[in-house]
Amino acid sequence: MSADLRDFSRLVRSEWVKLRSVRGWRIGLVAVVVTTVLLAWAGAAGSHSGYCAGSSPSTTRCYTGHPPVPTGPDGEAVADEFFFVHRSLPGNGTITAEITSLSGVTAVNGVVAASPGGSPPTRPLLAPWTKAGVILTAGTRPGAPYAAVTATGAHGVRWQYDYVHDQAGLPGSVSRRTPRWLRITRRGEVVTGYDSTDGVAWHVIGSTRLPGLTSRADVGLFATSPLSFVLRQSGTTTLATARFDHVATTGTVSGAWRSTAVGSNTFYPAYSSGRARQTAQSAEGASFTVSGSGDIGPDPGGGPLGGNSQQQQVIPLLVGVLVLIVLAAGFVTSEYRRGLIRTTLAASPRRGRVLAAKAVVIGLASFVVSLAAALIALPLANHVLTANGNYVMPIGTGTEARILLGTAGLVAVMAVGVVGLGTLFRRSAAAVSLGVVLLVLPTILGTVLQGAAGAWLFRLTPAAGFAVQQAIPAYAQVSYPYDALNGFYPLAPWAGFAVLCLWSALALGLGALALERRDG
Amino acid sequence: MTGALAAEWRKLRTLAGPGWLLIGLAVLTAGLSAVVAAAVHFQQGGGQDPTALSLSGVDLGQAVAAVLGVTVVSGEYGSGMMRLSLAAVPRRWRLLAAKAATVAGITLVAGALGVAGSWLAGRLLLAGNGFTAGHGAALLPFTEGTALRAELGSILYLTLVALLGLGLATAIRDTAASVGVVLGLLFVVPVVASLVHDVTWHRLLQQVAPMTAGLDVQATTRLGGLPLSPWAGLGVAAAWAGGALLLGGLRLELTDA
Repeated sequence: MSADLRDFSRLVRSEWVKLRSVRGWRIGLVAVVVTTVLLAWAGAAGSHSGYCAGSSPSTTRCYTGHPPVPTGPDGEAVADEFFFVHRSLPGNGTITAEITSLSGVTAVNGVVAASPGGSPPTRPLLAPWTKAGVILTAGTRPGAPYAAVTATGAHGVRWQYDYVHDQAGLPGSVSRRTPRWLRITRRGEVVTGYDSTDGVAWHVIGSTRLPGLTSRADVGLFATSPLSFVLRQSGTTTLATARFDHVATTGTVSGAWRSTAVGSNTFYPAYSSGRARQTAQSAEGASFTVSGSGDIGPDPGGGPLGGNSQQQQVIPLLVGVLVLIVLAAGFVTSEYRRGLIRTTLAASPRRGRVLAAKAVVIGLASFVVSLAAALIALPLANHVLTANGNYVMPIGTGTEARILLGTAGLVAVMAVGVVGLGTLFRRSAAAVSLGVVLLVLPTILGTVLQGAAGAWLFRLTPAAGFAVQQAIPAYAQVSYPYDALNGFYPLAPWAGFAVLCLWSALALGLGALALERRDG
Repeated sequence: MTGALAAEWRKLRTLAGPGWLLIGLAVLTAGLSAVVAAAVHFQQGGGQDPTALSLSGVDLGQAVAAVLGVTVVSGEYGSGMMRLSLAAVPRRWRLLAAKAATVAGITLVAGALGVAGSWLAGRLLLAGNGFTAGHGAALLPFTEGTALRAELGSILYLTLVALLGLGLATAIRDTAASVGVVLGLLFVVPVVASLVHDVTWHRLLQQVAPMTAGLDVQATTRLGGLPLSPWAGLGVAAAWAGGALLLGGLRLELTDA
């Protein structure tokens, strides 16, 4: 071990002894864990879930718990609600259809559903991600593997499969003069999607293997239309109607055309479960009009879609952050107040090193207590929420580890920044207030400044670091208010964390500079 | 009492800290309001309240007001000045009252400047971002009844926050801890409340948290959707300030400085 390193580790040890031996600071570190766990538990225990469902006022029943949320092939929460006109496809085969019109309406009064008693008022609106096309699914169970070639409201023809995968085909919208020909072929477990403008020249959009595709597979036409956020922030239900001509199947297709409202009992808010009508049958193929409401795709959760995102469970750690900010500021400024800084600097004349040792001790202590708090709070809150009938959005182990470690890192880096501020200002009031305001004010302002201006707050300020807690990715193929209020941040998780690190490095650097230049 | 007031006024006037904080209070309040007014855009059906938007800077100004209230007391504990102050004014409640009155007076003035600047910025900037009479979302005139309530209420709110800081600092005495507790009450409680989905509990938390309740006084549209009526909300903030002063007074009365 070199002399420099030995000297530094001695400094770190002496700073650790200082932190450990003040009773208030010891209590503070324990308080971080206790308050976080208690608040997470209280928040979860105060959340109960129930819902009502039924087709008319007299048959409506209310349940505790949450309506079913399907799970996709990769374990993620998905929306799987559409109207399906289908035949069985036990082996190899093809479906072809020409879509000649796609139109839509939206409920005016928010998230409402049509009932046999009457239809809520609507106005014309074709949602950008309204979908209608041909689909092949491994059965009509919500959450089943599938592949689809679909026309959309504003994103052209798409090749989509297994909820999260999306690829662009022909651009442009659908009309009688610009119809779109759609085709899916199945060869064993391999499914391929095609599109065409004339039904003669076909072009492959994409291909995939759907493991688990058995003789239970169905193939057919579908229509669905997701929540729109144009009229209201809380969303309005929409209904799509599509006209298909030249519908033809080849290969091992069997049975008559059947209609199924797939996933009509699931959580996704729909205007109605939809319907289908066969309008013609000729040698060139059948014609159908299909209308449907819902979505086939990943579920961003939260807000209008219900469900608890796991990042909410670590929000109570903000109280712990506050305690650590106070502690970090006091760790530096109390030396100035009591004149201990002169002794400290006399004992170690290399001033930058003293600051570095303080930063290391505060950073490590903050990381350890925050990680402990998050490790207890997250599973506890998830357990209590689930027991109360709430739905907790499933996330992968990697994401969960990122939320836990990232949150602890966020707190540690924040505390280190406050050590810098405390050295710079030598006043705890300035260090504490600046630390809290920089971290929390962007979140409060973000709810005032909706949209682009609010997003910049989470790119440029230390609050960008919250991105590391984002549990669900923002999906380009799902319209949703992806803002901080709903737990979505403009930067990638670790990029946001890096912004916070830069701020803390800046504060620490300025503190070190001030310490070198002035007399203590 | 006059003597005590004069003494407190002299202390505040001759220290550099409070002067800078008062300037900061006015400038940051007006400045953040101007930034928000410049950055926000009118959204159809977004439920935006132009008057409350023009007063957004109070979100930041309150932090300065809180620090001002805290440091006026905690600074004296830190330097040992408190023992001298108590030697000069042995009646402890009187000393606290004199401090509270002085801090309230200067915060009212700085808050009024900040709020006036905020309104001016809103007047100049909001119309350009779609907040026009045509959209039914024009900024109300300064002296219109509900607007006047929002403006005066904001000034009073800033004053109450300064008093909350003063009371808590008298009770806690340590600067860092006092600032942490005040800012925690103001900023962190609303964020934690957003975690609670249960409608009743969520509303209750919004009704008792000093910031969410107190800033109800800024609302001029959709008053029915507020957690509390505007003046009742400010009353909650006043109760917090009063409670903190009471707590501080008791600590001052019962324990040695």
